[in-house]
Amino acid sequence: MSMQSDMSQSVIGADAVKRSGGRGKVVLSEGKKAERKLGLMLIAPAAIVMVAVTGWPIIYSVWLSLQRFDLRFPEKQAFVGLENYGTVLSNGYWWTAFGVTSLITVVSVVFELVLGMGLALIMHRTLVGRGLVRTVALIPYGIVTVVAAFSWRYAWTDGTGYLASLFGQDQALLTQRVPALAIIILAEVWKTVPFMALLLMAGLALVPEDLLKAAAMDGANGWQRFTKVMIPVMKPAILVALLFRTLDAFRIFDNIFILTSGAQNTSSVSMQTYNNLIKGLNLGIGATMAVLIFITVAIIAFVFVKLFGTAAPGSDQEGRR
Amino acid sequence: MRGANQARRSRTSRYRSVAALAVALAFTPAVAACGSSGNGATTVNVYYAPEEHFQQVVDQCNAKAGGRYNIVLNTLPRDADGQREQMVRRMAAGDTDIDILGLDVTWVAEFAEAGWITEWTGDNKTAAERDTIAGPLQTAKWKDKLYAATKNTNVQLLWYRDDLTPTPPTTWDEMTAAAKQLKDQGKPNQILMTGAQYEGLVVQYNTITASAGGNILSPDGTKAVLDAGAVKGLQVLHDFANSGLASPSLSNSFEGQVQLGFQAGNAAFELNWPYVYAAMNDPKKGNPEIAKHFKWTRYPGVNPGEPSKATIGGYDLAISSYSTHKPEAFDAALCLRSQESQKYSALCDGVPPTIDSIYQDTTDIAPCDPAKSQDRPNMAGAYPMKDTILDALKTAAVRPITPAYQNVSTVMATILSPPASIDPQATADRLRKELQDAIESKGVLP
Repeated sequence: MSMQSDMSQSVIGADAVKRSGGRGKVVLSEGKKAERKLGLMLIAPAAIVMVAVTGWPIIYSVWLSLQRFDLRFPEKQAFVGLENYGTVLSNGYWWTAFGVTSLITVVSVVFELVLGMGLALIMHRTLVGRGLVRTVALIPYGIVTVVAAFSWRYAWTDGTGYLASLFGQDQALLTQRVPALAIIILAEVWKTVPFMALLLMAGLALVPEDLLKAAAMDGANGWQRFTKVMIPVMKPAILVALLFRTLDAFRIFDNIFILTSGAQNTSSVSMQTYNNLIKGLNLGIGATMAVLIFITVAIIAFVFVKLFGTAAPGSDQEGRR
Repeated sequence: MRGANQARRSRTSRYRSVAALAVALAFTPAVAACGSSGNGATTVNVYYAPEEHFQQVVDQCNAKAGGRYNIVLNTLPRDADGQREQMVRRMAAGDTDIDILGLDVTWVAEFAEAGWITEWTGDNKTAAERDTIAGPLQTAKWKDKLYAATKNTNVQLLWYRDDLTPTPPTTWDEMTAAAKQLKDQGKPNQILMTGAQYEGLVVQYNTITASAGGNILSPDGTKAVLDAGAVKGLQVLHDFANSGLASPSLSNSFEGQVQLGFQAGNAAFELNWPYVYAAMNDPKKGNPEIAKHFKWTRYPGVNPGEPSKATIGGYDLAISSYSTHKPEAFDAALCLRSQESQKYSALCDGVPPTIDSIYQDTTDIAPCDPAKSQDRPNMAGAYPMKDTILDALKTAAVRPITPAYQNVSTVMATILSPPASIDPQATADRLRKELQDAIESKGVLP
């Protein structure tokens, strides 16, 4: 996705240069035309492969979602139109999972943003052992999620875990819904704060030191400099970080799979899709869920780009994009 | 000059290594796919759940095959879901590298209906059915055709302490009454069973319902009936969970927790598989004090005077439809589940056999782990409860046989959990509706 947007940007950039040079109509010389043709031909294989790799599975999923297709009942396979969507959207389990997923997404992204910003400021401001501080801060992100999830699970297992024993005996927190969700969110936040911090640190680097000094001269205190100077300048970076994390968080799977396997209504939409596809072998319903997740993710991305992208103060070209 | 030479040399050597790599790549799949081992015997791939001494069974069969085939054991993940997922994925993709599948008794219908496993006919069928106990044999059938050979079976028993209850209860009512009495006397009184949200809870409910004479699905597996007996089963489960006699962690109890709970000494009764006998008598991990009084009887019934119908567990062996050497695969499977192999597995791995005559067998076999112990195990020593197991197997119940069993089990475990919040009539209505969707593969799995 980022690759695509980069490409479109550079293409627009090239057009703009040409237009400003040629004033209106773009007249290309023979050589330029041949060059452009060659260029198109050179990128064609990559473009075709990309479309085939990303496009075909999406189309196939949509096609599967319109069928009754259960691997265990091969002879009952049939085209059913939108029936699968009716089944899923009128189902209580789906909406429970949707609610749980949304809750996890919102809560974990809020925590990640706040903690990530703090970590980014620390990493940005450290004077001593900068490399060491950054490396240490990034360790959680470097650990494979499944491995981290297993260590969380053992830590919270009643009787053997060091964290479980802090909360008293016979608690089995992972088997109660609210504590289990809290633990899932904790594992998510612990894991991805460094990633958030990394993205935000790139934004912090954009804030000119002069601007901060000027603000300080004008009498702005630390908090004011943070909210009135740094945040507006960093906005594009914050937006990108939030967008990435929200999309990621909405597709949460591995932490839940290891920590609770979806018991006690802690299933996320991705878990449920997996259960219907891989355990249930019901390709129709599973594909329907996959398409619904795709649509939700697309809506989230659209809302982010359209709403926050243009309406926030201090936004310019970069914010609008 | 020297530089150019060097460059040429390094280039040729690079070409050479690239060529070697290409050759290696071109030949590796061919070698792997040709399905022959070094001595020319056909390779038969078995996918089976972890069982400590199963490799020895495989070795014994390979020795008997006289070079006709060579069985290779591929061990599946430890958890049942992981086992099923791996086999399902391979079968859905038409994998020809898998010949024999070790199926949990609840998966046979699913694999058969999907066309992934081959029907057993003729001599193979006769051999697989000979002397096999009727209950386990039923799990290997789908639509009156045999699709697998039984490898081992299992059935839950009621375990109790004869120092607390000299005469074991025969029904749930007697059991709860006995536990209440113990509670009033301030003695260990808990009744332990698997109540977590998983297959273990479904097994308990299936046993109780069958013992009450009820049905969850219609016999052909196409209708969710949930009759009066099934409602009675829900009532029993509800009353038990709210009686104050269950463990506080009932809704989080798996087989392991149940056994450990009993070993801890607070419980009077335990509903569990026969492996607990060996676990209790284990010199390191068991509890020798309780082991002295650790006794067993049939799973309690629901109606007075009627013995219970305990749910059958265990594994069956099936032949993949995509296998490229089925005759060898059938022979290998028959050897792996032969009288001798089943007896060996029963004595060394504690899995109860499905062949009737093994229960009367008295001869001992060579030590399982010669390095650890020189004991020569026999059925009477390893299975003092073998007559109870055999009795229970003769009147056992199978879980609903339907290709959509995975859905049925998931839905039941979700709705029955936690057992304390069951409302018999309402829960039965909900089960009836959601199970009907599940067996038609229409609904959404939670």
